[in-house]
Amino acid sequence: MSTVTTKSTEGSTTNQAGIVLRGVTKRFGDTTVVRGVDLTIQQGEFFTMLGPSGSGKTTLLRLIAGFERLDGGSIWLDGSDVTNQPPYQRNVNTVFQDYALFPHYSVAQNVGYGLRVRRVSKVTTRERVERALAMVQMDAFADRAPRQLSGGQRQRVALARALVNEPTVLLLDEPLGALDLKLRQEMQGELKRLQRELGITFIYVTHDQEEALTMSDRLAVFRDGQIEQIGAPAEVYEHPATEFVAGFVGTSNVITTARGRCVLRPEKIEMVSGDVSLTEPGVRGVIGDVAYVGMVTRYRVTTASGESMTVVRQNRSSDGDESLLRRGDEVTLRWRDADATSV
Amino acid sequence: MFDQQQREAGAALWRRPWLRAVATLSPPLLWFLVIYLASLVALLITAFFQVDSLTGNIVYQWTGSNFSQLFTQSVYATIIWRTILMAVLVTVTDVIIALPFAFFLAKVASPRTRQWFIALTLLPLWASYLAKVYAWINILSDKGVLPDIERTLGLPVTHLAYSTVAMWLVFSYLWLPFMIMPVYGAFERVPDSLLEASADLGARPWYTLRRVLWPLVFPGVVAGSIFTFSLTLGDFITPLLIGGSNANFIGNAIYDSALNGGNLPFAAALAFVSIAIMAVYLVVARFFGAFEAL
Repeated sequence: MSTVTTKSTEGSTTNQAGIVLRGVTKRFGDTTVVRGVDLTIQQGEFFTMLGPSGSGKTTLLRLIAGFERLDGGSIWLDGSDVTNQPPYQRNVNTVFQDYALFPHYSVAQNVGYGLRVRRVSKVTTRERVERALAMVQMDAFADRAPRQLSGGQRQRVALARALVNEPTVLLLDEPLGALDLKLRQEMQGELKRLQRELGITFIYVTHDQEEALTMSDRLAVFRDGQIEQIGAPAEVYEHPATEFVAGFVGTSNVITTARGRCVLRPEKIEMVSGDVSLTEPGVRGVIGDVAYVGMVTRYRVTTASGESMTVVRQNRSSDGDESLLRRGDEVTLRWRDADATSV
Repeated sequence: MFDQQQREAGAALWRRPWLRAVATLSPPLLWFLVIYLASLVALLITAFFQVDSLTGNIVYQWTGSNFSQLFTQSVYATIIWRTILMAVLVTVTDVIIALPFAFFLAKVASPRTRQWFIALTLLPLWASYLAKVYAWINILSDKGVLPDIERTLGLPVTHLAYSTVAMWLVFSYLWLPFMIMPVYGAFERVPDSLLEASADLGARPWYTLRRVLWPLVFPGVVAGSIFTFSLTLGDFITPLLIGGSNANFIGNAIYDSALNGGNLPFAAALAFVSIAIMAVYLVVARFFGAFEAL
């Protein structure tokens, strides 16, 4: 598990594209919400900051946008120090959690706001606004007021308003948080497509681990203002660095093996009923709870030593009488030793 | 049996929402119609009567003479314009003071400071109107606090009491809370994220102020101006107590013709003028969305 935290040497300059954070610290009163974060995000990367609420991920995003001032460290954007630059001088744009569309402007005026600020000519502005709205399939709504739009439509407008400025980095603060599941999944795909096509760096804040896994090139798991682990989704999921990461990204069982404490994902466990010879590694147990989830069934098994383990089995056949185990059944759990990750 | 009837009555009301609305609203509606509107209509009608100059009794005969007198005698035009001018001046003054103060309250101050300042803003509303005006006399008169301070500092002594400036100061002071509160409310309804979004899109603070903050707060300013404007328009006590020779406003003219001149119909006609001015003002205010901010 290679944790890709960049520790740069003191005083050296950065001339690489992308974002570099060095020892970024932020305090609110007596509480330190971001504790000396070092991080390098590559140009064109889809980077997700994942963590529970209060873990500092949103504050870090706001520090990059320039809405908050740093208490320590520095932020570099494409090789230049932007630590002391106000938000209106940074070439980053934000998609806000509440979308923050200007209620007194139409959709087109909202999208054109950044261009108008920069005194782009009217003709060019109109063209670019049209293109941006077409990109998010909102070109038919140009003259509407924001309050006439649904949540998903506002989301698209907010996205167009940020992207029309062609920022080096797009910051997204839980942008899909207010949408229902179906729409959220649709927008996830669309965001990913846009990011690929435009080649812009996306920094995406979410507390939804599934969203983080499906969308990111790399993700960072935050806890108490620090990064617990950075890596590609599969890397973080399959080889969590700590018990916290294992518990936050997906569910996992903590077991004690010859190698010490390990985490084991529920789907890596093979569960067989009846009298099967016990092979190492493995345990015997009794099924406690059965939760049918549709695609899978989740079992809670109490092992012989009294511990509780979660096992997930795919529902591979539609009638599946034999595979459906019931509460109270005696089972044997087996797994490959390599699937258990030491923490 | 009784239960059954009650249930049926309830069901009948539930099936006909308008019936329920009528039942709930008719007492206050009746009050509004009889006491409020009826007195307005009475005022309007009275304006078209006349007083017998010999007996001083009201002659109940339709005539437009009150209004023709109002519009032909230049003294009334002067009074009306003077009143409107003062109302505008006071409104503009209160807007200028209230804007930065309300912005500080809503967007800068900590919750604790905010509570204190709001309490201090509203506190004068508990004090008697007369006490406040007399307090200003004590400040501005030649033996008052302000000339005292000026003498101590060796500055030229001002003689502000009983002048137009004094009225402007006192009016602006009296109605300031009525401007601050709606403007504060308007500022508070602007989410911080809108200001951040503007900065994020490249706008400097001044640009954000003009293009985002001001348009969103403006209805609140108009709402506050309805108070400051109408309160100045109808007042006659402040001019009476602290105004100078020019202290003749619509309110004073009404007071004079009703109580000193005993000419109620003419007072009604004058009152009708200020109602008309206010009506025009409200229509304009509505156009600017002031009622969405109340």
